[in-house]
Amino acid sequence: MFESLQSRLQQIVQRLAGRGVLSEADVDAALREVRLALLEADVNFKVAKAFVDRVRAAAVGQQVLTHLAPGQQVVKLVYEELVRLLGGTTHALRFADQPPTVILLVGLHGAGKTTTAGKLAMRLRNGGRRPLLVATDLRRPAAIVQLQVVGQQAGVLVFSLPGATDPVAVATAAVGEARRTGHDVVIIDSAGRQHIDDELMAELVTMREATSPHQVLLVLDAMTGQEAVNIAQRFDELLRLDGLIVTKLDGDARGGAVLSVVEVTGRPVLFAGVGEKLDGLEPFHPDRMASRILGMGDVLTLIEKAQGAVDAQTAADLERKLRRAEFTLDDFRAQLRQVRTMGPLESLVEMLPGAVRPKGAMAGMDDRALRRVEAIIDSMTPDERTHPHLIDGSRRRRIAKGSGTTIQDVNRLLRQFEEARRLVKRMSGLEGKGKRGKLQFPLR
Amino acid sequence: MNWLDRLRESLARTRAQLTARLGGIVGAPPAEFFEQLEAALIEGDVGVATTQHILRQLSDRRDARDPAARLAALREILLDVLGAPAPLRLDPPPAAVLMLGVNGAGKTTTIGKLAYHLKTSGRTVLLAAADTFRAAAIDQLAIWAQRAECELVRHAPGADPAAVVYDAAQAVKARGMDVLIADTAGRLHTKTNLMEELKKINRVLSRELPGSPVERLLVLDATTGQNAIAQARVFTEAVGVTGIVLAKLDGSAKGGVALAVRTALGLPVKFVGLGEGLDDLQPFDPRQFVDALLTA
Repeated sequence: MFESLQSRLQQIVQRLAGRGVLSEADVDAALREVRLALLEADVNFKVAKAFVDRVRAAAVGQQVLTHLAPGQQVVKLVYEELVRLLGGTTHALRFADQPPTVILLVGLHGAGKTTTAGKLAMRLRNGGRRPLLVATDLRRPAAIVQLQVVGQQAGVLVFSLPGATDPVAVATAAVGEARRTGHDVVIIDSAGRQHIDDELMAELVTMREATSPHQVLLVLDAMTGQEAVNIAQRFDELLRLDGLIVTKLDGDARGGAVLSVVEVTGRPVLFAGVGEKLDGLEPFHPDRMASRILGMGDVLTLIEKAQGAVDAQTAADLERKLRRAEFTLDDFRAQLRQVRTMGPLESLVEMLPGAVRPKGAMAGMDDRALRRVEAIIDSMTPDERTHPHLIDGSRRRRIAKGSGTTIQDVNRLLRQFEEARRLVKRMSGLEGKGKRGKLQFPLR
Repeated sequence: MNWLDRLRESLARTRAQLTARLGGIVGAPPAEFFEQLEAALIEGDVGVATTQHILRQLSDRRDARDPAARLAALREILLDVLGAPAPLRLDPPPAAVLMLGVNGAGKTTTIGKLAYHLKTSGRTVLLAAADTFRAAAIDQLAIWAQRAECELVRHAPGADPAAVVYDAAQAVKARGMDVLIADTAGRLHTKTNLMEELKKINRVLSRELPGSPVERLLVLDATTGQNAIAQARVFTEAVGVTGIVLAKLDGSAKGGVALAVRTALGLPVKFVGLGEGLDDLQPFDPRQFVDALLTA
């Protein structure tokens, strides 16, 4: 099976990060793999080449080879360049000073315009606005009915002109209607079209002129291949795009096309479409996308969260204990509690990229299991917590009874703890691993 | 305009690009030629692995060293990858065609065109509106049924798609019709529960039409990149895909991912979609596809 961009880059990053000294040949070899990984992720051929060249140039300029942790330095550069490509910071939808704000959605057939129109309308409605949806796809069978159904689900009025044959006339009438009826946002759902269909592209140009949209947004399927560049260029050239909405990001496409399009148009991605339900429209975060692509999962988010939850003193204590390998069930419990203050365990685990996803001790633990573990430890005496080897058969029975669990549960916990302890011993052997290892514990 | 012209026209950009690219460098030193060819194939969505596979084969061939014979050798390799034409298996009737794909691939439009295609070749066709999920999908298929002058079995929106397929199977038998074409809701192949639903639909179809040929066609948007391979793999694992329909080949996308899907999974392309008109679906002919791709 072909590897995803994420896993490929993850491999590369790990290879780099795991080494102390990098030769220039190492950098080149790594960047060759980065390029292949980008291509497999559908990043356009030319964009991938430019990306690799930029990273190489930046690496040379910053003298990666002389840094203390050159691997980390390259990771940072690759990541920064990806973030830059993806558009820097989060961009918000801009509204007109004088309502109504007119938003025109354009794109190829099947990109997800109608669903996106519904999602956007619902989002705006929930944000306290009064959007009006406009059905201008007069060609595809039942397209208007589709938008009407979607509008009904979103609780948003859908404007259409029965019997109309000119999409531009419908759009123009809709803007007038919005003005009269006090709708402050007009979302025009246009028909899907091939960007090389000159006649239909001309129709969009006319629609743009007639309705003066404040935002022309290209709806782009995350699964799009190499042509994404040409598609976006053509739409941008004729319509001056203001931004993109990427759809179907809930699939497993690596979304290299997003990178390509943002690179060639310079337009920001405003939203990410996930799922078929109408609440599946999220603000697009270039940094998160980049770290996902990098194979760091949302490890940055996790670190952020962990920094909030783990206070410095506990961390220092733990580190000392790690070093001296005197990790006890008390510490284990303290760690579990910290994990729980960070939010539901499952969502935390999901943020971790595959490689650091917990195997062994912590695998398959949900919140309920965590609470059970805590109860078991709570039912032990302080002595037992410090010296788990004291816990014999009769103590196990007592602990199980006290915590409302079974002896099997107690046994399992003790096994897991032993596993964790072995892990701790191994980690404490790795001197000076720095922040990363420390913060990720106990999820490792 | 016949379909070959249409295909030629729709592939004109590819051809122009490839011939401009390859024509100019066909006599170039091998390294440069291969570099350009690699770029052309990858930009055609053929994918890294398949491109490397093709380049290796080409460079292994003795006749590829002769610049004049290079393009002919390349054509042979591409044809070899694509394999022989694979027509639909529809006999003995009643046969079934299950249309599969991710959201927005072009399933419903393809069904309308396929129904018309089969109808004009003298078969009676029944459509099953088993996309009961997407807003107005049933209405959309109903309009296509009307256009292609086919009968349609439909339930209310939100109904169990397997039940629609069950009813359609009974109807096609009772009415002595030739082909049942079942629409399904678009689903990302990563949604396990939706893939399970598809398995159920597939089971009902096989059970209710015992001994009938069942084609399970995966509709791929020609604009799709390498994710098409993952789609083809998961849909094949779920219900055993028998062929590919390459939709929207009238755009500028090359549909090169068909080569990658064929290489990875051995799935043949059976049809290509070239537009939104009733007669814009054509049986796939590898020879013409490659010719259109490589000749001026």
